[in-house]
Amino acid sequence: MNTATTTTTVPMSTTPARPWLTGVIIWALLLSAPIWLPMLGGYTALAGRVLVLGLAAMSFNLLLGFTGVMSFGHAAYFGLGAYGAGLTLKYLAASTPLAILGGVLLGGGLGTLFGLLISQRRGVYFAMVTVAFGQIAFYITYSWDSLTGGYDGLRGFARAPLNLGFTTIDITNNSTAFYYFLLIVFGVVTGLQALLLASPFGRTLVAIRENERRARFLGIPIERHIWMSFSISCCFTALAGAMYALLNNFADPMGLHYSLSGEIVIMTVMGGMRAFWGPLIGAALFVVLQDYISSMTVNWMSFVGMIFVLVVLFFPRGLLGMLQRGVGK
Amino acid sequence: MTTPTLPALRRRTLLKSGLAVTVLSAPPIVSARGETPVRIGMVNPLTGILSALAASEVEGARYAVERLNKKNGILGRQVELLVEDSANDVGTGVQKTRKLIERDKVDVIVGDVNSGIAYAMMGVTNELKVFHIVPGGHTDPITGVDCKWNTFRICNTTSMDAAAVTGELVRRFGKRFFFISPDYAYGQTLQNNFIRNLKALGGEFQAELLPINTSDFSATLIKAKAYKPNVLLNNMGGLAQINCMKQFTQFGMQKEMALGGALFELESVRAVPADAQAGTWAMEWWWDQPNVPEVVSYVADFRKATGKTPSARHWFALVAIESVRLAAEKAKTMDGPKMALALEGLELPPEVALSAGKAYYRAGDHQLMSDIFVGDMHPPKGNPDNVFTIGSIVTGEKAAGPVEATGCKMVHPA
Amino acid sequence: MLQLVLFNVTNGLIIGAFYVLMALGLSLILNLSNVINFAHGNFLALGGYIAYILVPFLGFWGALIVAPLITAVFGFVIERLMIRRVYTRDPVYSLLLTFGLAFIMQDACRYIWGPNGLPMTIPDSLSTPLSADLFFITWYRIFMVAIVITAVTGLFAFLRFTRVGIRIRAGTLDLDTVAALGVNVGMLRSMNFAVGSLLAGLAGVLAAGQVGLNPNMGDDLLMPSFIAIIVGGVGSLTGTLCGGLLIGVAGALTTVVWPAASEAVIYVIMLVVLVLRPRGLMGQEGMMS
Repeated sequence: MNTATTTTTVPMSTTPARPWLTGVIIWALLLSAPIWLPMLGGYTALAGRVLVLGLAAMSFNLLLGFTGVMSFGHAAYFGLGAYGAGLTLKYLAASTPLAILGGVLLGGGLGTLFGLLISQRRGVYFAMVTVAFGQIAFYITYSWDSLTGGYDGLRGFARAPLNLGFTTIDITNNSTAFYYFLLIVFGVVTGLQALLLASPFGRTLVAIRENERRARFLGIPIERHIWMSFSISCCFTALAGAMYALLNNFADPMGLHYSLSGEIVIMTVMGGMRAFWGPLIGAALFVVLQDYISSMTVNWMSFVGMIFVLVVLFFPRGLLGMLQRGVGK
Repeated sequence: MTTPTLPALRRRTLLKSGLAVTVLSAPPIVSARGETPVRIGMVNPLTGILSALAASEVEGARYAVERLNKKNGILGRQVELLVEDSANDVGTGVQKTRKLIERDKVDVIVGDVNSGIAYAMMGVTNELKVFHIVPGGHTDPITGVDCKWNTFRICNTTSMDAAAVTGELVRRFGKRFFFISPDYAYGQTLQNNFIRNLKALGGEFQAELLPINTSDFSATLIKAKAYKPNVLLNNMGGLAQINCMKQFTQFGMQKEMALGGALFELESVRAVPADAQAGTWAMEWWWDQPNVPEVVSYVADFRKATGKTPSARHWFALVAIESVRLAAEKAKTMDGPKMALALEGLELPPEVALSAGKAYYRAGDHQLMSDIFVGDMHPPKGNPDNVFTIGSIVTGEKAAGPVEATGCKMVHPA
Repeated sequence: MLQLVLFNVTNGLIIGAFYVLMALGLSLILNLSNVINFAHGNFLALGGYIAYILVPFLGFWGALIVAPLITAVFGFVIERLMIRRVYTRDPVYSLLLTFGLAFIMQDACRYIWGPNGLPMTIPDSLSTPLSADLFFITWYRIFMVAIVITAVTGLFAFLRFTRVGIRIRAGTLDLDTVAALGVNVGMLRSMNFAVGSLLAGLAGVLAAGQVGLNPNMGDDLLMPSFIAIIVGGVGSLTGTLCGGLLIGVAGALTTVVWPAASEAVIYVIMLVVLVLRPRGLMGQEGMMS
């Protein structure tokens, strides 16, 4: 195969000038979102969606941005996470934490199994096989009527109030409380991701991304690392999916469809796949743009498509990638 | 009325192309209550496979709003229609519903063509206590086991359509049926309802469930031919239904058995070649009712305004908008719970009902009881939209059966 | 029962032929340019709609020839303007690019021709069944298969006997050497993309006659085509050919015993292939990594 022309990646500065600054700004904005968002014509459900999809994109980016492997079927794990949470709430127990666990187990578990089959593949072939697997998962949820509600989606469950022992927090009817609940989960997960990337394991992943052959010569078991990275990424994506089910109080097959996979990828690239917070910025931009444009014209698909094309052709580094590079100079 | 020509539609609904992306819609400025327009938010799948039906509903709603604003609006206030695309995706539909309610502060929610989305939207409108009308999502539970005090539905349930058609088919062609149905909730309920009605009439059948997006029916049609039924029942939806019809005619099967089904909407009929415009079907509303003067004038006026012949979808939307007015005027408020009570049992006036029989919202399940037109599809005669001849009219009550059978237990908020 | 099975094998081959036409175009582009063309289904729709416009002027037969050519030119231009620019980058960019293109093209079709389905008229001589016994085989289906066979034979002959074809095959194996030998690789890839689009356009005209036109018409064919390629083995056009026919027949045979699973069976086949023979039926070792 023509290796020479496939994987010359765009060079990126992996160490931005002031990494903490981006983090501080982002957290300030996220914490105060319920205050400033309505003033700008937004609404809390929109912020929730940004958080959930941002989390999915950041989890996906562990694989794309930090391991250098291209999955194009991550919506499957996202959607399975949503179904896992929904099924737990509906059939097992009215417990929000248990629902999240159920989602992670279903999406992450299947992702881990599938990862075993494909960890030898690379590049577009990896992408193609992941798309196809995603469609299998999509197909199963959409045909297994009796369990999943089929084409109409899974309904008849609702997130349960959080019981902390000493007090109970009502996240069912209070949308601001639920937003902060989402934000806490988001904080914990992104914290874990940051720790993971700073660990020797995370460094090894970056080494594989930078030069797989050299890493192999150093005795690193490449396939096992890619498999583990895939598995971890799937678990976190499934967690995001579980949060999506809690946000909407239902799960539906379109949450597994490959078009959502494509959107997760574009969010990641748009925000900057080499920057830790990039995918979140991308998700925020994408969700808000789509929300506005689709209210203004039925031809929003053209605009979304145009965003894809423009980002690829003119802003391949993504927004944060460009900003940090600018500051770094 | 001081400003009868006030633009009632926000620019979002008018923009065909998005040349004006830069003009992002600002949050609405709320002025004194008396001057505030009544806001109706419509969520429908303008993109995706149901877009043709959704486009008709939006067009019908725009027309209805314009007509209303030329008169007296609702409670003397102008009406503003805000349309959002659900993109045939439940998540998007729910998000857009929240957006309309939380940000745009709409008084009423209307939608969705996709029953699954309509169903999920009911969760939101019920939680936020917003009056909700489902014009065109057919799945039974919306006004059955999962009925809600704030939701009303205009189009029929699948069981009503099935009941209306079965009798007519058995009477004209015989009792041996072969079913082809899509394998999901809607298709299964529809098929089961047909089977129940058929069994009650002493009929026999064979049935096959196929994936929703099936495009090749030869294998199934081979089986159907071998079964030698009196009637082939095509319950598929959208494109699949059309392809099934086409292959049926291409294979020359129309010479051996009759063809029929619950719904074959005008939007779909237009998409099939003339030789596949055939069979016995139910129409939930039909434009060609020469003996009803209100229909004649509505069709003429609608054609003048849009250049098109209204379909059942246009009528659903008209009824939806007019029902908001009727409920508000009877309740003398835009308050959701009061409007819901007002609409229960309310009979639509002739210029809204647009058929010879009466049409009213049944109090027990919030389902509109209206005439169902059963008849034959045929290639256009003269007018390109003259493709259906009404054979018989079945009343809504007769097709629906008693409220108890729907499984709906209506609970109003305290 | 045997008769029913035979009927369905025939029928499956007809459906499979269709997957083949679509999958071969995808496969060509994938092999030479390492690009998964997510917009391939939209090129198909475009071909169908162009034919729809041309039928009143050229008749069905004229449209059948001219519409795929116009689609090919369109593909050529798109490749020159956009896709060419991401060859040297990470594959994520080409995926996103064609994905975005798919959105734009689908929306453009809806904008120009409306969301409603449109019927396409085919000559009366083609819309009748072969005979009373073989009622499920219309002349149009026979004609479709004949066209597919002609196109596939033509494609293989083109790749074997013409200068451009030989270069494309050589480029699939070792593009660097081909470039070093002085071949204009950029132009080669553009031509190759155009040939792929031509096949998609042809499939579009045939599909329009069979199932009518709508903006989403290519979507349902994209996944089976992917699977045909994976099952047949990436890198092998013969493999794609066999893969397409295999899943077509498998789907049709499943309809005999369990109709609701006829769509699922192709995914099962793919999983089995991935587990037992990851390189696909005819793929070479190492081609997928």
